[in-house]
Amino acid sequence: MYNEIVMDHFQNPRNIGEMTEPSGVGEVGNMKCGDIMKIFIKVEDGVIEDINFLTFGCGAAIASSSVLTEMVKGKTLEEALAITNKQVADELGGLPEAKMHCSNLAADALHKAIEDYRQKQTA
Amino acid sequence: MKRIYMDHGATTPMREEVLEAMLPYLKEIHGNPSSFHSFGREARKGMDEAREKVARALGASSPEEIYFTSSGTESDNLAVKGIARALSSRGNHIITSSIEHHAVLDTVKHLGEEGFEVTFLPVDEYGMVDPKDLEAALTDRTILASIMMANNEVGTIQPVEEMARICHEKEVYFHTDAVQAIGHLPVNLEKQPFDLLSLSAHKFYGPKGIGALYVRKGTKIKQILFGGGQERKLRPSTENIPAIVGLGRAIELAVENIPEKSAALTALRDRLFKGLQEEIEDIRVNGHPTQRLPGNVNISVAYVEGESILLSLDLKGIAISSGSACTSGALDPSHVLMAMGLDHQTAHGSLRFSLGKENSEEEVDYVIESLKEIVERLRKMSSVYKK
Ligand SMILES: Cc1ncc(COP(=O)(O)O)c(C=O)c1O
Repeated sequence: MYNEIVMDHFQNPRNIGEMTEPSGVGEVGNMKCGDIMKIFIKVEDGVIEDINFLTFGCGAAIASSSVLTEMVKGKTLEEALAITNKQVADELGGLPEAKMHCSNLAADALHKAIEDYRQKQTA
Repeated sequence: MKRIYMDHGATTPMREEVLEAMLPYLKEIHGNPSSFHSFGREARKGMDEAREKVARALGASSPEEIYFTSSGTESDNLAVKGIARALSSRGNHIITSSIEHHAVLDTVKHLGEEGFEVTFLPVDEYGMVDPKDLEAALTDRTILASIMMANNEVGTIQPVEEMARICHEKEVYFHTDAVQAIGHLPVNLEKQPFDLLSLSAHKFYGPKGIGALYVRKGTKIKQILFGGGQERKLRPSTENIPAIVGLGRAIELAVENIPEKSAALTALRDRLFKGLQEEIEDIRVNGHPTQRLPGNVNISVAYVEGESILLSLDLKGIAISSGSACTSGALDPSHVLMAMGLDHQTAHGSLRFSLGKENSEEEVDYVIESLKEIVERLRKMSSVYKK
């Protein structure tokens, strides 16, 4: 049901694990649907220097979190904020229709992490 | 890659003997059993013999109590709707359980939308219906109760005989979906007071797309398909003779040596349960500890989602299923697990292994070892894992 890119990310997920002293953390999803994604970012001079994820969820949820971390590393916050869930799915070469809204939330988690970072900055 | 099939609750491989029995009816014997001529008669003979085999396997008093259908689903639909149609002048209340297969559950819901009164009995944490709840739900408008013999997801065996007796005291018909039970639990309709019983060949090493409904003599039931006069008008359409012959042969084999076969499968099941519990932390057994189908193992693995486990096992050639929403295309996890009071995370992390006669101890051990590795890997990336 999943294509090769998705399966590659599912089998060899990039950048997994909790981050020590992240600049920002974002979490989306809920247990009702069965997908919870957590994104950790390290920001330096407006650039995302490092990014990690932890995901509870199906194959699509894990693969989309993984590919997102690759898409984002080295990007400015503005560039990162412009990334959409749809672009994440496209980067994976597409996801099954049923997975598009419930499991494809990685960009939302990233945006929340950036928001979290900005709030901490102004605080 | 060596593949391991532990999804017999979904379907079973067809037995060689069944194929052998079917072959003549897929080749030279091609007549329509309703035809007058010799071609028709030889097809009818195959069908009549199959009907006798089913009747004998179930302990029915006559082959005339057996009606062939296209599936377990159709048998369930015919039982519930057929009784509702026949008895709607007498009453309008139907009782079922909240853990039925959708073939019963959604048929009852549909009748509810049409104006029937419907009751969905709750289950306890083990997935067991309490006969007292059934007794309390009966009214003088009740016409039918439909409770499955054994549940397809968690394997819980229901006290159906007791419930059938309770219904009969109030002159209410009792239907049981025995789709998962045939070949595992002894059925003897001489002693068991069911009015209707559904079965499906592909769950006991027969062909797919063929089922039967047992209807006790004298039971008032109406057809739900309209057409010719086949199956004594209850289920019109030209009969699927090769599949019917296959069903007959499969059920004959399925009911042989049930105690021995069940004991072997139970031993394998318990080895799997024990191994999983010893090797993997934070897993929970779903279903009843003893009142369960011999081949059924259902567990929830904490902190990981079922589809991601299924996918990982599939890469290792291991086939099982899950009650997670993600594997069904639905948005909610299994209605059975939710009815048993599981929370969403536990339901999403549920796995069903359904063992069959080809599975071995080596396979069980390999599955335990593989699952242990997979769970460790997935927990490392889980956002809810608490070390
Ligand atoms: C308990 C139960 N009832 C009914 C069915 C439906 O049977 P079939 O697949 O033959 O339509 C199944 C099989 O999935 C089942 O497990």
